[in-house]
Amino acid sequence: MSSVAFVIIAVLTLSAALAAATLQKLMHAALSFAVMFVGISAFFFLFGAEFVGLVQIFVYIGAVAVLIVFTILLTRYDVGKVRGFSWGGVVVAIAVFGGLVWAISKTKLVSVAPSQVEPLTVQRIGELLMTNYVWPLQCVGVLLTAALIGALILVMEEKS
Amino acid sequence: MPTLSILLVVSAALFCIGLLAALSRRHAIFILIGIEMMLAAANLNFIAFWRFAPQPAQPTGVMVAIFAIAIAAAEAAVGLAMVIAVYRHFRTTNVDQLDQLKG
Amino acid sequence: MNSWITSNVWLIPAAPIVAALLILAFGKAARREAAAFAVIGQLAALTMSILAFVPTLHSHGFRTVQNFTWFTFGEQSLRIGFVLDPLAAAMMLMIALVGLCIFIFSIGYMAEDKNFSRFFAYLSFFSGSMLGVVVANSLLLLFVFWELVGLASYLLIGFWIDRPSAAAAAKKAFITTRIGDMGFFLGILWLYHQSGTLLFYDGGHGCLESVALSAIGSSVTLVALLIFCGAAGKSGQFPLHVWLPDAMEGPTPVSALIHAATMVAAGVFLVARVYPIFSVGAVNGVTPSLTVVVWIGVVTGLMAALIAVAQFDIKRILAYSTVSQLGLMMVSLGVGGVTAGIMHLLAHGFFKALLFLGAGSVIHGCHHEQDIRKMGGLRRLMPVTFGTYAVGMMALSGVPFFFSGGWTKEEILHATSHWPRSHLPYYLMMIGVVLTALYMTRQVIYVFFGNRRAASEHAHESPGVMTLPLIVLAVCAILFSVVLTPAWPGLESYLTGHPADFDPHLLIQPMIIVSLALVGAGISLGIWMYRRADGIDPLQQTQPALFRFLENKMWIDEIYDRTVIALAALAARLSDWMDRYIWDGLVRGVAAIGQFLAKLTTGADERVINAGVDEGTVGAHGFGRLMSRRHSGQIQTYLGAIALGMLALILLYAWLG
Repeated sequence: MSSVAFVIIAVLTLSAALAAATLQKLMHAALSFAVMFVGISAFFFLFGAEFVGLVQIFVYIGAVAVLIVFTILLTRYDVGKVRGFSWGGVVVAIAVFGGLVWAISKTKLVSVAPSQVEPLTVQRIGELLMTNYVWPLQCVGVLLTAALIGALILVMEEKS
Repeated sequence: MPTLSILLVVSAALFCIGLLAALSRRHAIFILIGIEMMLAAANLNFIAFWRFAPQPAQPTGVMVAIFAIAIAAAEAAVGLAMVIAVYRHFRTTNVDQLDQLKG
Repeated sequence: MNSWITSNVWLIPAAPIVAALLILAFGKAARREAAAFAVIGQLAALTMSILAFVPTLHSHGFRTVQNFTWFTFGEQSLRIGFVLDPLAAAMMLMIALVGLCIFIFSIGYMAEDKNFSRFFAYLSFFSGSMLGVVVANSLLLLFVFWELVGLASYLLIGFWIDRPSAAAAAKKAFITTRIGDMGFFLGILWLYHQSGTLLFYDGGHGCLESVALSAIGSSVTLVALLIFCGAAGKSGQFPLHVWLPDAMEGPTPVSALIHAATMVAAGVFLVARVYPIFSVGAVNGVTPSLTVVVWIGVVTGLMAALIAVAQFDIKRILAYSTVSQLGLMMVSLGVGGVTAGIMHLLAHGFFKALLFLGAGSVIHGCHHEQDIRKMGGLRRLMPVTFGTYAVGMMALSGVPFFFSGGWTKEEILHATSHWPRSHLPYYLMMIGVVLTALYMTRQVIYVFFGNRRAASEHAHESPGVMTLPLIVLAVCAILFSVVLTPAWPGLESYLTGHPADFDPHLLIQPMIIVSLALVGAGISLGIWMYRRADGIDPLQQTQPALFRFLENKMWIDEIYDRTVIALAALAARLSDWMDRYIWDGLVRGVAAIGQFLAKLTTGADERVINAGVDEGTVGAHGFGRLMSRRHSGQIQTYLGAIALGMLALILLYAWLG
């Protein structure tokens, strides 16, 4: 991994995130939200977890960001009136960041240079899913089903 | 080559930006955006630790990240459904006006 | 058959008592049933008395007893029993027969009274109790029946409950006899203590038999005198005689039954029954206790006869006459003439009841007038009453030969004249005989002879149900004399166990001449004094002061009022004061302490505990309100709080390493 790539991707991701958090116009925020996920996928690729990176692009950008855009469109009635910014949140966020950084600095981490890591093949992931991680897989399946049904019920028209 | 600490700081920053988004914006969607950001930061953390783990690398980090993505997607769907339902009922997405639990 | 009744002598008192209970059970409205039960009960008692009397005729000195144990305490036991001997049998017969006549008389006399049934219940109750006194073989059992008789007397004297004078008279009777009974009870206790038994006859160990008598020792006089207190109370001896004249407030049949024939005779009977105690250690038939009996009897007899001369109420004359005759009987017992005294008691029972019932008939006929100054000339208007009354008067006065009273009085005088201690009783009793004849003649002249005065205008003879008993009693009074003559002393031999011989020579004796002279003097004096028969008393006119003294009963009641009763009232007031202020004050003080403690606890509970709890709740409330204001209801607030909490945890973990 080269540190240059790392820096570029880090800057991209963080600025996109910042933009998503602070832009006033919702659409702009949603789109920079998508850009941020691109950055995170790049990170994954950089670390050699290609499968995860791809999944990230498919799921987050392809599904979640799109969902968010849809919802913004569906709730546009008073989008203009929803402005406002609370600085109390900023304080809390900075405090948490400070705390986390301090905690990270206090830990003794193995500062091992990342060696050549054998890539985790899709086949390997598939094998693992079906053997070691079969129970979590099934649970996630149930969870997804439940979420699907829940979401449907939530947005169903009330029978009047 | 970045050290693990730098990576952790980056993911911490991402996490705090997500927290910022969740705490300081008035629109309900932004809270969801913030939450997704926080989850993504956590995924980043997992992969970072997987990458910097001593050899042979256990696939745990990757597997957890995969599952986290799945769960985050499900949660985003439900959350968005809730935002739509609340919007339908209260005709607003301003979370300041959703204070029925006010004591 | 005979042995059945002699061993179940208790049935005789039981019959009238059962009748009384039945009458009470049937209630006020069942008048005919009440009278029927009473008469049947009395008839049953009479029949059984006759049946019990018959076997006692056969053998001299007959006596059967049935003793049984009432209850035991520790090793000692209290035994009571019933006795049947000539004394008891004769008394039973007299009580039952006289009682029956009076019951039948009462059916007519009380016919218009509202409380007819109650009257007969009380009468039957009295009759049963009196019979119980007579057949008791234990001094304790006798005392129980004695008290029951007193209770019956109280109930019957105060029968007309709406008359205050009747209630007062009943109370006076009960309290006066109670004073006597106190002495009686002390005597019983002392006797039990000394001799260990209260049974009269117990196969040699009874208290009237030699073993116990010698065990009593020197205190026998004390015992005898204490027992005599009870007898004096019941029989109206001086100084406890004051209740008897007042007892005339009750209905006339009551006066006849209780205060003439039976209850007042109980005292005399008691002395006769426990005579062995009185006569222990007699020297020539004289003991200290008997001497006391004699003198009290003398005083009573003379005093009452004097008072009777100055009375105007028809019943009161008879009442004082009774007191006087009882005194005479006590004298007779005291001087040693026990049989004479008992014979006079039996005869007196008959003719006094006759006189009282006759007076009742007169009162009924004159529409409830009792003052003899308002009567007169009833001889022709009420012939049957007059005839029977005359018989009774002559029996009481002591006309000899045909009338029972004459023989018995003569016997008593005979016994009195032989008393070794003194001849004074003899002389004084002779004066008493004269006075008796005098006041009876006075009464008869006032009521039956002379002009008709106020009440006799509308007088009429009484109905048959009332005159029939009069006739029966009059016949008894005459017939009784047959067995009383010294010529053929049937009753005497029956009572004492000596054989009886018929000896016509004894009909004429020096004593008979004496008594004839006395009675004749009395009657002629009476006829001469009251010959005018116009309602004005010559003695009152010639000796007004003396007359007033006698008319007011010698002021004895007033003396008692000032002394004894005043003392009792003072004691009562003192006790009341003590109760009200001292004992009550103590109780109130304790209560006040309790109240104070209660107030203390209440105050502590309210001000301390409750207030504390209240403050606690206020604090919890305030805190709760404080905390609830933190809830803004907004999601971001909660999220921020979670974030801060998470931060704190991170720092903590990092700190702890």
